[in-house]
Amino acid sequence: MRILLDPTGELQPAYRERNPRPTSLEDKVVGLLDISKARGNIFLDHLDEKLTEMGVTVKRYRKPTFARVAPVDLKHQIVTECDLVIEALAD
Amino acid sequence: MTIIPNDFSGYMVVVKQDCSTCTLIESVFAELDATYSIRFYSQDSLNFPSTVSDVIDDTALEVSYRLDIEIVPTLIQVQDGEEVARLVGWKREDWRKLTGMKQLGESLPEFSPGCGSKSVDPGMPEKLAYQFGDTQLQARRIEVADLEDEIELAYERGWSDGLPVVPPTEDRILRMLSGTTRSPSEIVGIIPPDNVPCTVEKVAINAVMAGCKPEYLPVVLAAVEAACIDAFCMHGLLATTYFSSPVVIVNGPIVDKIGMNWGINALGQGNRANATIGRALQLVIRNVGGGKPGGVDRAALGHPGKYTFCFPEREHDSYWESLSVERGFSADESTVTLFGGDGVHGIADQHSRNPESLTKNISMTLRTVYNSKIVMAADALLVITPEHMRVFRNAGWTKVRFREELSKHLMISGKELIRGANGIEEGLPVHLEDATLSKFRPDGLLIVHTGGGAGMWSAVIGGWAASGDKGSIPVTVAIKS
Repeated sequence: MRILLDPTGELQPAYRERNPRPTSLEDKVVGLLDISKARGNIFLDHLDEKLTEMGVTVKRYRKPTFARVAPVDLKHQIVTECDLVIEALAD
Repeated sequence: MTIIPNDFSGYMVVVKQDCSTCTLIESVFAELDATYSIRFYSQDSLNFPSTVSDVIDDTALEVSYRLDIEIVPTLIQVQDGEEVARLVGWKREDWRKLTGMKQLGESLPEFSPGCGSKSVDPGMPEKLAYQFGDTQLQARRIEVADLEDEIELAYERGWSDGLPVVPPTEDRILRMLSGTTRSPSEIVGIIPPDNVPCTVEKVAINAVMAGCKPEYLPVVLAAVEAACIDAFCMHGLLATTYFSSPVVIVNGPIVDKIGMNWGINALGQGNRANATIGRALQLVIRNVGGGKPGGVDRAALGHPGKYTFCFPEREHDSYWESLSVERGFSADESTVTLFGGDGVHGIADQHSRNPESLTKNISMTLRTVYNSKIVMAADALLVITPEHMRVFRNAGWTKVRFREELSKHLMISGKELIRGANGIEEGLPVHLEDATLSKFRPDGLLIVHTGGGAGMWSAVIGGWAASGDKGSIPVTVAIKS
């Protein structure tokens, strides 16, 4: 039997479950994450307005630069303060 | 694990039938067998030596490996399980002295050199080290079925960059690891985007697949280490829709030691070291880090250098200090510099014979990096070839002087750059109209000398739009053994 050694990070689980999707936004806190891409804030302002009209609690967040991954503290803050997060990804 | 029993005192002899010296002195083995407690180990035939009462099977070569046998015959004297003396080949006087048998081999020639042990046949030390040694590789084993093709398996499992890879077998990986003194389990860095701790062993596996020779491994390790430095922002380079990817520039004595190409076609194909070192880095990012096109790699177009992009500086006849010296290393130190770059853009100038003219011409191409109306965004790597270098040498222009003069031509009026200028919507905000701006951020222009001796073309390799603190900063690390 020929054997090869796995060149990968060996991280891949067979299957990764998604978090369950919420059925409603009632009593949920929604985070809006601006990644600092141009005009992302305008898109999020509109979402903010719509969600607030619906009676949803909205919190705003911003990455210092889109080119780098979000700082750990920011990720932690979002996870602890929000039930859902919407990210404005591109310009 | 010890191979000699603690209570054994006497002699051990390792032989193979396929050795003219072993067969020549077969009668000596009989004399010894009749006199002493002797253990005969045969590497090939259990019927050899035919002159002795008992032959121990070492066709698996475990005893030969553990006793570190390089030549057969080898005679070892043992006392209470400890080796006290060893002879290789046949030298009658020495054998007589060690055994105390004054008439030993009387009818034989005085001397006959031994033969190579089967345990040191090509490729065998690695196999035996894996089978019997302490070097235990940790990576998951993938069994290849009898009817399966190893190269096709690598494709199916997503290990390939699109070109065939060398199958990463245990013996190839062990041979690769002989290129470094570092332990296979040492962590080289945390590889983005999956942030996986990457061991020397994993780098070696991917270096095998890329086609590296063991002596390239220290360079690959340094490149991986550099890619993991936070300032280089490998995650961002991978995730961007822009072209950028690591360009590996090698400096120092290791360049010639491992036969890298700094001459004709230095940035092109054809040299194993240039080609495979850059590819190994890309495979580590792909396989260990999990960075694949369509996954975290979101490049709209990418560029061919994302297969491999590695070249050395041509240092021996450069008039200027090298990139690594400029970046604070000594000239006799070998280094790897990573630059987040795009493809190669040529700068033709066959007429400039004075440095002022050539510098101005180079600046015109540099102004186009990323976008001719955007400044202070992308860094650039300027590659000067020998024929262009000659112009600066003849005029006595140092690298410092060249940088000074070049930077003057890279100061641009805001009027040319603002949005709408020249009928182009892209550009800088209108409030910068009256400003004069530098094309590059401070430290944003790297300069190297490389390439063939003929051709009045230099080149620029543009950087990522997010260069500098907000994104990727070029990094340089020393290459360790």
